[in-house]
Amino acid sequence: MTDLTQSNLTQKQVRERIEARLASRHRKEKIFRGFGIASIAFGVLAVLVLFTDIISKGSSAFVQTDIQLQVTYDPAALGIETVDEESLAWANFDAVIRNALRERFPEVTGRRDKRELYSLVSNGAGFELRERLQENPQLLGKTETLWFNADDDVDTYVKSLSKSKEGFLGRTSEQKAQWILALRESGELEKRFNTTFFTNGDSREPEQAGIRAALVGSLFTLLVTLVLSFPIGVAAAIYLEEFAPKNRWTDLIEVNINNLAAVPSIVFGLLGLAIFINFFELPRSAPLVGGLVLTLMTLPTIIISSRASLKSVPPSIREAAMGMGASRMQVVLHHVLPLAMPGMLTGAIIGMAQALGETAPLLMIGMVAFIVDVPHGITDPSTVLPVQIFLWADSPERAFVERTSAAIMVLLAVLITMNTCAVWLRKKLERRW
Amino acid sequence: MSTMTLNAGEAVPAQKEATQPVAEQTEVKSRAANPNSQVDGTVGSPFCDDAKLRMRNVNVFYGESQAIHDVSLDIGRNQVVAMIGPSGCGKSTFLRCLNRMNDTIEGCRVEGELSLDGEAIYGPKVDVVPLRARVGMVFQKPNPFPKSIYDNVAYGPKIHGIASRRAELDEIVENSLRRAGLWNEVKDRLDKPGTGLSGGQQQRLCIARAIAVSPEVILMDEPCSALDPIATARIEELIDELRENYTIAIVTHSMQQAARVSQRTAYFHLGKLVEVNDTETVFTNPEHDLTEAYITGRFG
Repeated sequence: MTDLTQSNLTQKQVRERIEARLASRHRKEKIFRGFGIASIAFGVLAVLVLFTDIISKGSSAFVQTDIQLQVTYDPAALGIETVDEESLAWANFDAVIRNALRERFPEVTGRRDKRELYSLVSNGAGFELRERLQENPQLLGKTETLWFNADDDVDTYVKSLSKSKEGFLGRTSEQKAQWILALRESGELEKRFNTTFFTNGDSREPEQAGIRAALVGSLFTLLVTLVLSFPIGVAAAIYLEEFAPKNRWTDLIEVNINNLAAVPSIVFGLLGLAIFINFFELPRSAPLVGGLVLTLMTLPTIIISSRASLKSVPPSIREAAMGMGASRMQVVLHHVLPLAMPGMLTGAIIGMAQALGETAPLLMIGMVAFIVDVPHGITDPSTVLPVQIFLWADSPERAFVERTSAAIMVLLAVLITMNTCAVWLRKKLERRW
Repeated sequence: MSTMTLNAGEAVPAQKEATQPVAEQTEVKSRAANPNSQVDGTVGSPFCDDAKLRMRNVNVFYGESQAIHDVSLDIGRNQVVAMIGPSGCGKSTFLRCLNRMNDTIEGCRVEGELSLDGEAIYGPKVDVVPLRARVGMVFQKPNPFPKSIYDNVAYGPKIHGIASRRAELDEIVENSLRRAGLWNEVKDRLDKPGTGLSGGQQQRLCIARAIAVSPEVILMDEPCSALDPIATARIEELIDELRENYTIAIVTHSMQQAARVSQRTAYFHLGKLVEVNDTETVFTNPEHDLTEAYITGRFG
């Protein structure tokens, strides 16, 4: 005791030694802080680069080049006399479009040139016409001016004009470019908001391809995942944390849950393929199966985070409730769960975000199939946003490049919306307590 | 067992001759001249005629280690019994046996006979829910629920279905808060969270919460250890008032508090009940050397 307090050092010497090290201590602290700032700066920079890249590439997908044509619903060209279901089915609407194009450019002759001319407009234009006539049968024989989606090559060329003077021709011939410029000059060609992108499903033609089917598919899949994984995960966590005896079996379960959280997601895909599709014979490519697989994948995350938030509820609350004669279930439902809920929600949202961005397991259960229709239920074949992104990124057409980025933007928007909801929900729940 | 004795030796530096007479009821065999030797039985008068709670030969184990050794004690009706003793002597453990709060602790085992009004507390058919409604508890740290003041007090009556109408519940809440001496301070903010009150108010809220279900016994585990002297005085007054209607067992580290609020005092030492006597006797003329050593502040 005396040795320590009354060592050979005088107070002055002690002070000097402290002073001597002070500068290096401050320096170290500065470096430490600098590292922190540098890491954050790096993170922010990465996010900024990512966002600028995606937005600069993808924003052009939200506009689409349209061409104005004066179409005549000529019964002769259509090959029909009255408007009814049967006649509409085999009416030749493409001929109407071709006539309109020929009228606009009467100077074009020759088979090849004409074919070139017809390719100005998307080959989906005929379907648009059919829908219009179906809704307004009185239009038969009349003439009206309509806007049609231009072909994706036209679209690419027109959009590239804003970047360079010559523009990117690609598959577009010089002659076609002349026509495009002429149309643009006269105001019969302009860039308009791309509604198709938000109303259509996937298509081989970029100008007809939309995100709707994938978005709806993703929402259905997430719905299944949330409905299954949140209650099961929370129930499992509550049982393990509040009711289960602590013995070798529960230890084993805990270790396995932690291991499951680290299993590569594709393995869950294989499991889903083997069990849900091959054994239970559930439909392929369906959000139901996708949701089941993603449930298996997100369950460990939800269980682990729910247990952590249950653990963080002070034991004094449990004791107080128990001391009042509350049954164990009442203790959990009235006191522990409301306090743990915000933490559980955070875990669930992390799990959902993970599930939303998951591609690999869904490839295994057939959600990578080319699906054009927007799903109407959880058993309809569908695809999901990340798989759609993967498919488009794989497509050779140039116009899919911007659509890929646009789809990423939609995915991010869904993510941000989800997280905002979660934060809002947390705030609301926390305020109540 | 041997380690216990060893610890007792360390804790009791006093070498004092014991001269007090041995109490009649207990089988105090040897009170050796050396108080370092193990405590063989309880001196004083651990039993009483009109017992609300009756405990006989209670042993409590935490896994392998024994926390309570063969304790027998009666707690009389409408009586305040204080339990004192150095830290880790098992008084809280013993208290928590009385409403089976120890059930929640993994590996805790209680042996012996404990009865409330003659009914076994640890009987095979006993449901802890009504038991804890009859034997309420106030904890060391004020632990109001993170709910409104009203909901805190109304919680017990609600889960036990005591009040059939809202008006009845309002009445219970008001009465409980009045009896806990908190009504005037909180009547205008019943909908504010209970956690926003001061420490002393929170503890009185916990007492109000405990008495809202009209228990027969209230267990208090160092209810004032987190409070300042003024709040403590308030709680002590309250305990004295509550004695008319309730039987109270209180664990305390403050000997003055034990002396002020209790009629009987039990001194625990290393899991054993050393002495039980009228509070006055314990503090003025303790029978056992360990008791005397503790109350005179030689250890603890």
